[in-house]
Amino acid sequence: MKTENQKAWFFVLPVLVLVAFNALIPMMTVVNYSVQETFGDNVFFWQGLDWFEQILRSDRFHAALGRQFLFTFLILIIEVPLGIIIALSMPRKGFWVPVCLVTMALPMLIPWNVVGAMWNIFTLPDIGLLGYFLNHVLGITYDMTQNPLAAWVTIVTMDVWHWTSLVVLLSYAGLVSIPDAYYQAAKIDGASNWAVFRFIQLPKMKTVLTIAILLRFMDSFNIYTEPFVLTGGGPGNSTTLLSIDLVKIALGQFDLGPAAAMSLIYFAITLLVSWLFYTLMTKDDLN
Amino acid sequence: MQKRSIIPIVYILFLMLPIYWLVAMSFKTTNEILSGFSLFPQTFTLENYVTIFTDPSWYWGYINSIIYVSINTVISVAVALPAAYAFSRYRFLGDKQLFFWLLTNRMAPAAVFALPFFQLYSAVGIFDTHLAVALAHCLFNIPLAVWILEGFMGGIPKELDETAYVDGYSFPRFFGTIFIPSIKAGVGVAAFFCFMFSWVELLLAKTLTAVAAKPIAATMTKTASSAGYELGLLAAAGTLTIIPGAIVIWFVRNYIAKGFAMGRV
Repeated sequence: MKTENQKAWFFVLPVLVLVAFNALIPMMTVVNYSVQETFGDNVFFWQGLDWFEQILRSDRFHAALGRQFLFTFLILIIEVPLGIIIALSMPRKGFWVPVCLVTMALPMLIPWNVVGAMWNIFTLPDIGLLGYFLNHVLGITYDMTQNPLAAWVTIVTMDVWHWTSLVVLLSYAGLVSIPDAYYQAAKIDGASNWAVFRFIQLPKMKTVLTIAILLRFMDSFNIYTEPFVLTGGGPGNSTTLLSIDLVKIALGQFDLGPAAAMSLIYFAITLLVSWLFYTLMTKDDLN
Repeated sequence: MQKRSIIPIVYILFLMLPIYWLVAMSFKTTNEILSGFSLFPQTFTLENYVTIFTDPSWYWGYINSIIYVSINTVISVAVALPAAYAFSRYRFLGDKQLFFWLLTNRMAPAAVFALPFFQLYSAVGIFDTHLAVALAHCLFNIPLAVWILEGFMGGIPKELDETAYVDGYSFPRFFGTIFIPSIKAGVGVAAFFCFMFSWVELLLAKTLTAVAAKPIAATMTKTASSAGYELGLLAAAGTLTIIPGAIVIWFVRNYIAKGFAMGRV
């Protein structure tokens, strides 16, 4: 049982100061921009909530938000089951365990722009390994700079390549924490593989899977660098995800007001969905 | 070999293919790359690597990245240790709210903060220093470090603290000589994740630097656009960015899975 101690605040203080410095001041700047209009030279006019209304009604925002949800939905529906399957079939002990863990974690440690550049080189139609294979060996016309579908398949495949290992590592951590006695008991009861998965392995993986799904949701919803380097949002606007669109407005057109309003709406959506995920997945524990 | 081990093997092959291609490209001349497809380098060359190791604007990119990543890792873990201790041992006013607020900072898209960060760090006068990037990365690394460390500390029974106090240890002495050594796996895992997320992040690092502290990732994008189509050089630079991560991961390989499992939700 934890003891009540208000002096614990002193232990938390350094963290609070550093994070607040980085989080609150920039956030206030964004809020400040979101209610003002500027014509440059640091002259600002009060704008009220006009920017928010404008963003919420704009087709461009709706389209980018739709693409963002589609992207996040696709990668969650692929990465989570795939990660569980791979974790289930990994060896539990022996020489191959560290080999698997290290090689699988490798993609996560590559800087994000290098990931984008790497996939760009990999998929070039005539000189990339994948591009050459598809175009000249299988005879499928594949060029992600021309075809929106090819661009989508490429960014989703890239994300699966980049982040499935996170789900694998987390699920694996949950699996190795199951005592052997559970499996022996299941064997005596004559439980099927499915029953072992459903009633022993899945419940044990639940907490780590919650972390995995939350982290994958947050990070994929905020993804910027990799698709930006790979497709630049194209062809056309077909892969312009929410944060790519945001940076276009903020730094490309320098429309600070609308960009700030959009940032706040974006942040609010991320918070809301994360909170929904979190409550849904931890609901059973509370009852 | 069991039949089901085919799944991890296929998965690892899938992971290695793009990496192989990057490495293969880095040993090719630009001419060979552009002239057509070849599975292995035909005219094996180290020229791309020589360029990187002899040109200061290239190799300083690596040094800059390693400096700010190290500063960030040290700061994040150092301030997260006492905070995680407080969260795992005590109840205090607003503790749950504070914990959740810390985690929400991982949800803010870096793209949102790029411009305000630039203004903030310019105003404080540390724009284009390693410290600026290291401090900015604290935004998402400190919450993560607190989260991981709190999980590890929760696994240490409270009796350890009480016994030490009965034996006459002061808090700093107990914390430094008994408590931290008993969670050193957790410190390793937390440091690993701070290293990882600081190493791979580009947007903030690029926004907060101009010349003096420019990260390798920014050097790459700049050179890629100014030198035209030097794919070989780009591939060599990319290959070199994989190495620090690979070294670090080898050291913590036995703790990674555990570190995740012990974190709480």
